[in-house]
Amino acid sequence: MSTAPAISIRGLQVDRGGRTVLPGIDLDVAAGRVTGLIGPSGSGKSTLMRAIVGVQNVAGGTVSVLGQPAGTPSLRRRVAYTTQSGSVYDDLSATENVRYLARILARGDDEVRRAIDLVGLSADADRPVGGLSGGQRHRVSLAGALLGTPELLILDEPTVGLDPLLRRDLWALFDRLRDGGATLLVSTHVLDEAARCDEVVLLREGRLLATTTADGLRRETGTDDLDEAFVRLIERQDGGAA
Amino acid sequence: MSRRATIATARRLLDQLRRDPRTLALIMLVPLVLLGLLKLLFQSNEAEFQHVCPPLLGIFPLIVMFLVTSVTMLRERTSGTLERLMTLPLSRGDLVAGYALAFALLAGVQGVVASAFAVLVLGLDVQGSTVALIGVAVLNAELGMACGLGLSSLATTEFQAVQFMPAFILPQLLLCGLFVPRDQMAAALEAISAVLPMTYAYEALADIAVGDSSGAAVAAAVTLGFCVLALALGALTLRRRTD
Repeated sequence: MSTAPAISIRGLQVDRGGRTVLPGIDLDVAAGRVTGLIGPSGSGKSTLMRAIVGVQNVAGGTVSVLGQPAGTPSLRRRVAYTTQSGSVYDDLSATENVRYLARILARGDDEVRRAIDLVGLSADADRPVGGLSGGQRHRVSLAGALLGTPELLILDEPTVGLDPLLRRDLWALFDRLRDGGATLLVSTHVLDEAARCDEVVLLREGRLLATTTADGLRRETGTDDLDEAFVRLIERQDGGAA
Repeated sequence: MSRRATIATARRLLDQLRRDPRTLALIMLVPLVLLGLLKLLFQSNEAEFQHVCPPLLGIFPLIVMFLVTSVTMLRERTSGTLERLMTLPLSRGDLVAGYALAFALLAGVQGVVASAFAVLVLGLDVQGSTVALIGVAVLNAELGMACGLGLSSLATTEFQAVQFMPAFILPQLLLCGLFVPRDQMAAALEAISAVLPMTYAYEALADIAVGDSSGAAVAAAVTLGFCVLALALGALTLRRRTD
């Protein structure tokens, strides 16, 4: 990789409620790529993402984002983030939700419409979000992350609960954003989605199992089945530790 | 601080209230119903009604706004929307100022409606200025809003937030001078009541009722000071980074 990584993490340790969630992670996320953060729920994906956007209390280590320490105020215009829960106001419509974020970011209504259109929610734009499905709520949140031209998008399980067609559309959208120069870090617990990423980071129990590509993962483990590949990696690591 | 982010937040909160007409109706109507009840209660003792109505004109909205604000803020915290806002170019002061602005507007309308009802329908007749009465009633609602915002960070669930009402508001109500004049309280209680915000909110209204405008002005100024203090506390207890 010739360019500097978009995210550079060294020795990141996070404790939550007396328990160590991330025991000390080193990770570089390549600029201009779609990186999948893959692992079962509870593996620390959300905690890692929260540390990257600067809302997580960390016990040690450094997180550098676009060349600056995570949480630096100037990053708040350059980094877009969606949470796993969606973080939308259920009593507001999709338009009202996105418009609020747009006003904070000093973006106009035309951009609100464009963002809602990009996530395929135009038909339901004026219904209260609370009445929408879980997948639709996530897309409202995603629309908020598309406002402006963020250089880095941190998306926590954006495709959860979506039908396959929509999932395909969203991954195509992620590719387009990357082609436009953005860096994306997308978490998922669906291993099949690893195949859609340029890079794959496998996380389990707060530890990095591997940083590779979907092809590399298949090659390394000698299987085409990503589920099986994950199992073999875990076995190899556990075997190595024993 | 960014005025844009503050106004955006206030508009969003007002949008949310607009989408919840039942809450809006409760905020506006509950104080009226309570004041009406008070009138009926003191049917045979009009002097007593004229005595207790002005303070309660402020205290009922104070309680309502306290609850509405603390629950709204708590929801922001628990739904994850606060976490997302903390990653955007919006300062903690912007957020609290947005809340203050939106709920001040709401408190303003509520204060005017309740005062108009008390004066025009219930026949409340204060010695002091009616405009001052309305102003201080609104200030009471603002104080409830500010305290709700200031204390909401101590609650982690909506259940807890609602329990703050009996925990923080009712002791103040007992000690503010409405039930027992402060100079007749045990010295320790009087000393405690001297540092409680509702004491001054009560005093301002009671002073207007008897036409003591300078006493009312001092008490109103202290109340306003408590509002600012509670809002600052609300902003300071917001954390960008959490566990």
